[in-house]
Formats: sequence, C-alpha cells, structure tokens
Amino acid sequence: MAESVPSGDNTLLRETVSLREIGWFERFLGPENYRIVTGLLKTPASIMGFILIGLFILIAIAAPVIIPPVTPNDPYKMPRDGFSPNPQPPGSEWRRNVPPVPFWYEPVMGTDKWTHILGTSTGQYDIFYGIVWGTRTAFRTGFVVVLTTFLIGIIVGSVSAYYGGVVDNIIMRIVDIFLTLPFILAALILAAVITPRFGKSLYPAIIALITFGWMGYARIIRGDILSIKERDYIMAARVIGVRDSRILFRHIIPNAIFPTLVLASLAIGDVVLSFAALSFLGIGTELGYADWGQVLSFARNWITSLNTYWYIIVWPGLTLVLFVMGWNLVGDALRDVLDPRMRGKT
Amino acid sequence: MQNKGNHKGDTLVEVRNLVKYFPVRAGLLQRVVNHVKAVDDVSFFVRRGETLGLVGESGCGKTTVGRTMLRLIEPTSGSVTVDGQDIFSLKAHELKLARRQMQIIFQDPYASLDPRVPIGESVMEGLNIHRIGTPRERTEIMYETLRKVGLENYHARRYPHEFSGGQRQRIGIARALALRPNFIVCDEPVSALDVSIQSQVLNILKDLQQEFGLTYLFIAHNLSVVEHVSDRVAVMYLGKMVEMTTREELFRNPLHPYTKALMSAIPIPNPRLKRQRVILKGDVPSPLNPPRGCRFHPRCPVAVERCSQEEPAFREVSPDHWVACWLVE
Repeated sequence: MAESVPSGDNTLLRETVSLREIGWFERFLGPENYRIVTGLLKTPASIMGFILIGLFILIAIAAPVIIPPVTPNDPYKMPRDGFSPNPQPPGSEWRRNVPPVPFWYEPVMGTDKWTHILGTSTGQYDIFYGIVWGTRTAFRTGFVVVLTTFLIGIIVGSVSAYYGGVVDNIIMRIVDIFLTLPFILAALILAAVITPRFGKSLYPAIIALITFGWMGYARIIRGDILSIKERDYIMAARVIGVRDSRILFRHIIPNAIFPTLVLASLAIGDVVLSFAALSFLGIGTELGYADWGQVLSFARNWITSLNTYWYIIVWPGLTLVLFVMGWNLVGDALRDVLDPRMRGKT
Repeated sequence: MQNKGNHKGDTLVEVRNLVKYFPVRAGLLQRVVNHVKAVDDVSFFVRRGETLGLVGESGCGKTTVGRTMLRLIEPTSGSVTVDGQDIFSLKAHELKLARRQMQIIFQDPYASLDPRVPIGESVMEGLNIHRIGTPRERTEIMYETLRKVGLENYHARRYPHEFSGGQRQRIGIARALALRPNFIVCDEPVSALDVSIQSQVLNILKDLQQEFGLTYLFIAHNLSVVEHVSDRVAVMYLGKMVEMTTREELFRNPLHPYTKALMSAIPIPNPRLKRQRVILKGDVPSPLNPPRGCRFHPRCPVAVERCSQEEPAFREVSPDHWVACWLVE
C-alpha cells in the first residue's frame, strides 16, 4: 500500500534483528493482554503475591479434599472435639467428630488417624479446619464487598464529577459525612444493629463494610475524572462531535478508572482484615462458623497465656497476614502494568 | 474537495461582535462578583482558502476566540458564521453535523491525544461518529490520512506515548483532517515543538491547505511563524482586535502602536544587527478591569487625551486594512 515500506527479503535486517515466534498463548490473548500478563509475572514481588493468592485459591477450591467436612450439609461448621475450654496443642489426637480420612493423609502423615494438625482452640474447635474452610469465607466476603463498594464508588464519583455544581457539592458533603465516621466502629455498630434482622450470618458484616467502604473510590474517581475532563483530547473528541455519554465512557472513565482499580485490588486484603476484626469483636457469623476472624476470636480469653497456647493465635494470624500480603504485592504490580506510560519499560 | 461554485477568496468564516466573559465567583454562595473579559467585541472574517494569523501576547484571548468559534466554550454574545451557517444558533444535532466542517489542532501534542486509544482509532473516531462510509472505507480513509501527514499504516495500532512531539502533532493534524473539514483552527500548533520540527509541521499544514483547499485560523504568538504561514494577520490586545490586514501590509506598514511595538520585538538572528525597539511601559492590565477608552492607552507611547475617554472603533482605514486607533486617519 505505502510505497515507502521496504520490500524484498530483508536478509540484512533479519540478520541484525532477531525474530521471535509468536506463541499460541500470545495469539490467544492478543498483544495488549499478553503484555499485561507477562508484565505481571516479571517482578519477584508480584510472583510472590501470585503464588500466595494462588495457594489460597487452591486451598479454597480443594477444601473438601484437604479436610472433608464432618457435617456434609453444613461444611462451614467447624467440628468440635469435645467441649473443654483448654486448647490442645498441634498433633494431639482427634477423638470425637473425626472427619473422613482423605487420600493424601496417610502418605503424608504416616498414619490413618486424624490428629489436630494445628491444634484446637477454646471449645475444641479444630484450627486447621477453620483455616482451610475459612479461606472460602475470606474470598467470598472479600470479593462481594470490594466489587460492590467499587461499583457504588464509581457510580457515585462519576455522577458527581460529570454533573458538577450543586449535585457534586451535595454528593461530596455526604461522602465527607461518611468519612468522618470511624470506620471499624461505625461498621461494628451498624452490623450489630442489623444482626437481628439477618441473624448470625455473613450478611450483617458484609453490609456494614459496604456501607462504610465506598467513599474512597468515589473520591478518587471523581478527582481523576475532573482532571481528565479538562484535557485537550476530551475537547478534541467534542469538536469531532462525540456524544457526552460516549466521551464519558470511552475517553474519561478508561483514563480515570485505573487508580481506583488498583485501590480496589489492594482492598481485598484489607476487607478480609476488617471482616476478621468484626468477627474477632463478636459480630458476624454464628459460633463455630469457619472464618478466620472467628478462629482468632477464640484466642480472646487466652490473651494472658499465649506463651502456652501460642498456636491458637499464630496459625490464623499468619494465614491472615499472608493473604493480605499476597493481595498487596499483586496490587502494586498491577499498578505498574496498567499504566500505559510503563509500556515496554518493565 | 473544493466546494463547487465557491471561489477561493470569498468569505468562509465571519465573526461578529464576539464576546466571552468568564464569571468570577466568590464567597459562600458562589455569587458572581466580576467577569474576566477574555474576548470583548471582536469581529473579523476569514476568506476561503486563506490563512488568517491571529497574534497577541499570552492571555489576550486568542485561544478563547478559537475555542468559542467552535462552541467548545459557549459564547456570551455575538455570532459566528461558517459557510453561511450561524454556528451559535445551531441545535445539538445540527451542531454535530456542522462539526464536520470545522476542526481544531491543539497546542500541546502531549495532552491532545487520548493515551489509551491507539492513534488509528483516534483518527478514525470522527468517521465512526459521523458514520462516513463502510467500516472498511473508514479504515482506508484513516490510513490515507495518516500517510498525508507522513505516517505509515503500521503506526495506526500504536499508542500516543510511542511517538515524538512532532509526530503527535501530525497525528493531531490527521485527526482534524479525517473528516475533511473546510476550516481548521490551529491553536498554536507549533509553539510546543522544537524549532527544527516546527518548520516540518508548518510545511505539512501548508501542503494540506493546498491539497484540500483548507482555510486556517492560525493562532500564534510567534510573529516569524505567522509571517511564514499567513495570508492576512489579525492582532489582538486584551480581548480586543487592534489591527487586521494582509501580511505584506502589516509587516511593511503597521499602523497601530501596539503592532509596531510587537514588530520591534521580533528577534533578528544576527548579533551585529539590532532593531529600534519600542519598549512598552508596564504590564498588560488585568482583563478583570480593563482600562476605559482604548485598552492600550496606559501603555501606548503616543496616547492622547481622547484615548483614555473613548474607545476607538475597529474600522477599515484603507482597503483591507482595519485598525482600532484614534491616531490613524
């Protein structure tokens, strides 16, 4: 088509510039997505993050294989080995409510009798069971809360920035009011108030975390939209005759959404942490529900003797730390990859 | 591309008494306390196929004139006709149609392209919006337009940050050109570029003007650039038009004292030569509170009593030479 494109067999060029075969994976994803995926897999920190998250996903999916439920109708109920308040150390024998022995157990542990791998907590709840099945709870609450708050924030922030003036003023003052409330306390109170309505379940805490968690997204997307609205390329789109709604969705939001997206990806860890905090304070799931916060809360009565019963706080605490760290590492890498100015630089 | 029946030389764009005041709000209730008189009663015209240079120092309202003409900023009052169509009275859908006729090239090539859109798509967006031809034809037009500004087909898939400033500016030109407009506002299209790239972009603009019979309003603050590209030149000062005439007339025989001062400030690239400089006293007054009478009188080296009392009209003192000054007969 163009005359100036060199033609011929390009032997010289081919000798200087090494060629690369495009693999099926790259062709399948397309160049842009392939770049994002490979970019995410390049830094050691993000690989660590992915390994951690991948591990947790694996645990969540494989929970019934890792430790089969004792009550198959209600797998989230942690099995109790008796009612004694005193925790049992890791490796102690499992006497009552023993789960079925899965295929991996005997080769790995060298016996076909279940022991409390990580010990038991107050009331003889098995810690290992709580952590494994609690992973599912963590993912469920994390995704639901982050997705909902993200959507609410994006909608509220976009409306605010797009209409501006009085609408913007009113919405932002509402955001300010929400921001003045101390997060955990407000969530705790709301969750406590609505608990009678929903009963002891995941919902009160989820609703509370959503109610007080969307403002950050709204503010950030609003600020970014306001700054991008004034760029020349928005004016260029207007002069071409592009509709306002298309300008918003095609040019403004794609340019404005990424800081918010990164914030959201980081937030899954934080949400799970807050959820655990609520659980620890006694709001949320019914007693014995497999949930990291609840497993942690079992340690409340033993705070003074944790040097003896260290395992009741270390295992669930470590799990929570690794989970939050995984998300943070990935969030950082995502920020680098999604910034178009970083293209070809990682 | 030439409109049939219209000769080169008749008026394509006419601006009459254009006014744009920006309200200044203050206080708790955000009441309007004052206005920035960015453009205050400006009239001029652009002939078909010519380039009208619009010069003036920073903040004198050049850019506001250009943007208001395209209704990127809503005007306070006045009228703009492009090809016989009154732009300010158009309804939304009529305006969208009229947008095909008039485009703009921006000053900052780094800010005027959407960083998340491949440049081919940016150039093609107007064609898609106005549903010109089939998708295949649009792609063809896009490639053709890119080649017109010296880019290749394979550039279309790339993102703006992969280009240099000069290349980006050419992409901006291609985007404006894709809809095959009659009239393009060039808002300081080269002032953000390296000097070596400036002439390249200016020459592309000139070639395209020849090929497509384009009419330019060329906004600039660099008089040597204006001399290079313009057929006629208009000079603005503090929201007002002070002089408008052909390029030769303006550079040989400037009439307004402000134009004379501007001319004397053009640097000469020869260390042994120096111009007789006309040094102006003071600063440009604030457009919040422009001086009474002639806006230039506080700084004018030849001002008389009358200048501070009455505002001079912008009138044609000799054929095709318009000036707003009491001292010019």
